[in-house]
Amino acid sequence: MMDSNLKRDIIMDHYETPRNKRTPQSDDYLKKHMAADSCIDDITIYIKFDGDKIVDVSFDGVGCTISTASTSIMTELIKGKTVKEALHIIDEYEKMLSEDSYEEDLLEEANAFDTLSKQANRISCGLIGIKGMKEILENYDK
Amino acid sequence: MLDRNKIRDDFPMIKSEEAKGRIYLDSAATSFKPQCVIDKVMDYYTKENANIHRGDYDLSYQVSSEYEEVRKLCAKFLNADSEREIIFTNGASSSLNLVAYGYGQKFLKEGDIILSTEAEHASNILPWFKVQEVTGAKIEYIPLDKEGIFDMEGYKRLLNELGDKVKVITLAHVANVLGNIVPLKEIIEEAHKVGAVVVVDGAQSVPHIKTDVRDLDIDFLCFSSHKMLGPSGVGVLYGKYELLEKMDPFMLGGGSNARFDICGNILLKEPPFKFEAGTPCVEGVLGFGEALKYLMAIGMENVEEEGKELHDYFMKRMLELDNVEVYNPKSETSIVTFNVKGIFAQDAAGYLNSQGIAVRSGTHCAKILLNVIGVSETIRASLYLYNTKEEIDRVIEVLKETTLEKCIGAIL
Ligand SMILES: Cc1ncc(COP(=O)(O)O)c(C=O)c1O
Repeated sequence: MMDSNLKRDIIMDHYETPRNKRTPQSDDYLKKHMAADSCIDDITIYIKFDGDKIVDVSFDGVGCTISTASTSIMTELIKGKTVKEALHIIDEYEKMLSEDSYEEDLLEEANAFDTLSKQANRISCGLIGIKGMKEILENYDK
Repeated sequence: MLDRNKIRDDFPMIKSEEAKGRIYLDSAATSFKPQCVIDKVMDYYTKENANIHRGDYDLSYQVSSEYEEVRKLCAKFLNADSEREIIFTNGASSSLNLVAYGYGQKFLKEGDIILSTEAEHASNILPWFKVQEVTGAKIEYIPLDKEGIFDMEGYKRLLNELGDKVKVITLAHVANVLGNIVPLKEIIEEAHKVGAVVVVDGAQSVPHIKTDVRDLDIDFLCFSSHKMLGPSGVGVLYGKYELLEKMDPFMLGGGSNARFDICGNILLKEPPFKFEAGTPCVEGVLGFGEALKYLMAIGMENVEEEGKELHDYFMKRMLELDNVEVYNPKSETSIVTFNVKGIFAQDAAGYLNSQGIAVRSGTHCAKILLNVIGVSETIRASLYLYNTKEEIDRVIEVLKETTLEKCIGAIL
């Protein structure tokens, strides 16, 4: 388990200076709009591929600390990975949120959410952006 | 004087062991229920389970007459002319839809105008979007100022301009995000001068302020039992009898017709029965009757006056906080809508939750209001007769020390 001061710093950092938060200007990205029905979270994910590889991923929109930070962290984790690798990381992240055993090492800073599963009403915040990525990846993979 | 501590004893959700340390500030979503209401619902299932308006046996007769007694009580509560003007529905949404469908879709046509406001709850505006689509009538919005306060001059100007094209005015007596009371009597007086019918969404007002349908000259009034101490699944549509007579029911079926034949002829019953097809939420209506008795025993004047006093105290203390922005400083009943500066509403609500304080964050089903107050996501805290100054003091202490670090800490 990650130390809670460290977790807080990671989340604060990604909330206050989110990584890869922009709408790409070019049209060679696949995108997915995610709007929560129970809250205001409204995030669009953009992914650019080169063959099997994710060459860029970004997001834009409004979200709470959890949705913003989790999405930001995940963009860093999957950038440069293959579709298969990225789906594997997302899979492990989802396992963490459902309290299954998971590969901690793969998730790096995303381990900051290792107790989010205890906050049933906030789990969806930690999933909204990541689900968007997963959908794009799965559709691309087909 | 309202003895809040005595009142608190009547509510299992407050006095139970599990409730220790919990502060419930979401009564605008749904209120807690006193023991007498809960008992009544239980009694129906344990002592008087029978359908209403049918059967020739004692039980059915007894429960039917109790059901009708609640109708009378409700008429008295609203100072209506007669219990024939009280229709039981599933809730405010159901009542509002019934008016939009049974009156709006039946009588409005192209060229007609519906007036409403940008502060309405989805349940009072979406049904009228549908009326617009089906009939070709058009919705126009009455201006509100930056704090969402009803602009009487703007309203009169609109009426002047549009005259008798205005057929329906639909608005909340108290809006669910803003909490201010609109000057309903004057609004209705002006509306009637051009011959418009006024639909009042009373979901947030009837629980808190004395509502006299005759004094206010309301045409239609819609509200829910569950926001005023009663069970969920029950609501009321009050309508002036002559309007109810011409209006269509939303549903047809058992209990609403006097007779029908094989050729498709239907003879509907008189109001209110023509609107109540099917078996209603009998236990809910009986429980609602107990809620009405509970409120009437305290007196709605007292509920209103002391509710305002507690609200004013809450508002005053909220306005003293440097790290909190309040969006409805002029509200008068129950509701305070705010944000902790620099913190996303849901994050702050999550922190309050970790401190045992229940508030609601989001758009509160009034999604077009953001055009007026300029923020989309807010926190709403709402009071009712079981809340206390001590609870408010505690909430203020917690809010004072709410920081982004703590909000994040709440999920770690
Ligand atoms: C102003 C207003 N109108 C209508 C409703 C709908 O009430 P119900 O959900 O009980 O049908 C609500 C409930 O939140 C409300 O606040």
